[in-house]
Amino acid sequence: MKLLEFTINQINQGLKRKEFSALELCREYFDNIRDKDKKISSFLSTNEESALSQAKEIDSSIAKGEEIDQLTGVPCAIKDNILIEGLKCTAGSKILENYIAPYDATVIKKLKEQKAVMLGKTNLDEFAMGASTENSAFGPTRNPHDLTRVPGGSSGGSAAAVAANLSCYSLGSDTGGSIRLPASFCGVVGLKPTYGAVSRYGLIAFASSLDQIGPIAKTVEDCQIVFNAIKGKDEMDSTSVDLIPHSRTPFPDKASKHKFQISNLRIGVPKEYFVKGIDPEVEKIIKGAIKKYEKAGARVEEVSLPNTKYANPAYYIISPSEASANLARFDGIKYGYSEKGNQDLLDVYLKSRGKGFGPEVKRRIMLGTYALSSGYYEAYYLRAQKVRNLIKNDFEKVFKKVDVLMAPVSPFLPFKIGERMEDPLSMYLVDIYTVSINLAGLPALSLPIGKVGNLPVGLQIIGRPFEEEVILETGNFFEKS
Amino acid sequence: MISKEEVQHIAKLARLGISEKETEKFQKELSSILDYVEELKKADISNIEAISHPFKIENVVREDKTSKEKLNGQKLMAMAPETEKGYVKVKSILK
Repeated sequence: MKLLEFTINQINQGLKRKEFSALELCREYFDNIRDKDKKISSFLSTNEESALSQAKEIDSSIAKGEEIDQLTGVPCAIKDNILIEGLKCTAGSKILENYIAPYDATVIKKLKEQKAVMLGKTNLDEFAMGASTENSAFGPTRNPHDLTRVPGGSSGGSAAAVAANLSCYSLGSDTGGSIRLPASFCGVVGLKPTYGAVSRYGLIAFASSLDQIGPIAKTVEDCQIVFNAIKGKDEMDSTSVDLIPHSRTPFPDKASKHKFQISNLRIGVPKEYFVKGIDPEVEKIIKGAIKKYEKAGARVEEVSLPNTKYANPAYYIISPSEASANLARFDGIKYGYSEKGNQDLLDVYLKSRGKGFGPEVKRRIMLGTYALSSGYYEAYYLRAQKVRNLIKNDFEKVFKKVDVLMAPVSPFLPFKIGERMEDPLSMYLVDIYTVSINLAGLPALSLPIGKVGNLPVGLQIIGRPFEEEVILETGNFFEKS
Repeated sequence: MISKEEVQHIAKLARLGISEKETEKFQKELSSILDYVEELKKADISNIEAISHPFKIENVVREDKTSKEKLNGQKLMAMAPETEKGYVKVKSILK
């Protein structure tokens, strides 16, 4: 049982010292998946045969005394909107139910280079649209801490799998909170990298100016290891960039960035994130965590992001608009679900898309098409893009005064399955503290810091663009203390 | 509230076949979401430019050569619902 609780470094050490084999480890994970995942439903498909044979190969290379990488033999789970060559990739949608990925996403290629063992593909809201994983065409995932509740979304399967020890770490994607929210609801660590830090090649696109792939893991250190493995410029994604090493205040010693000093850290607490609507118990735990940093010597000050109230409305114009364009490719002609119309080509489109997409995806395509349609473009889309700039400027201003921002990930605790499915707007409000980070392209960490009863609460640590190291070190401090 | 005709018009633009029941549902749901985003009208956008990405994006160019790793064309063709003589088959466009 203990093997399943090991972190990446513990696995790496254990494999090197031959305390256990990659095969044993891999088998143990699949046993646990068989045992527990019937109730949780975090996986949409597993990859047992090839994972086991890969583990065997790793063992024989270790036996030969070959060097192994940090992620070699470490079992992981991949959100089912990220392509792994030769495996099904459904995006949680009926329209891609039988789609076989023809190539590897760049992040997968990078993990494969380190010989990571991929256990399977995890459940998600259809096309990553949702905050609860209830929008999956293949049924909801359940929260391992309370099976009557949602795991958050859209990377709910990825977060639940790590929380239930069904995978050592996982990859998710975050367009408006889809890594951070499920990490928070499941009590695990999730990192949404800066826009451009990780290549999106091979990620099924939802909203291209907001989407980022990132890690979900048990510890901050594990998130850091996986992030370092997948980041970097990629010629297949023109928006990806190489991270520039920084030399900002919390790292006074430029030569050694690991000399992170909490006494040099300036924390901003945006007052707009602590207003009516937040669960008082969540607020108490968040404030308690911030206090802990203050006691350790960090400087804490209240800051203002005056345009916060516009973030969610702007997000619900921009993301559906981009989605309506991105999802135009699913036409029933080239691949995916196809309903043979009996009339003409238009009939094929209407029927394939009408039957292939679920209710939330249709709703967003409709909303995006409306916002981009003639006569409404300026009133909705153009206005939202200007508001996006206002929000970005708010962050730029406060980041002149502070190094990180701390806020809740969600105003609520994990809610009951079905509770918010009737009214789409009530589901959209779950994202209220996470979407502005995507609009501004910033990195943010979701860190488990406490519980109300058995339900986890996550702290959101937001950083300047490309300062993942700062938010990770900040999170690391809490975890270690 | 947006009209039934508007919903049907948008659905056609989006190439979504929707039922009568869905039309009514979208009428209500889209109206309430549009009411919610009305909030944006209060924002002062008089002196700000629109942005489409969080950071400045530059065009990236490359030589016009095929990549080393060629995707297997047959694999892609095999995923098309209907093919004929190595072509993807579609229904007639013109009547």
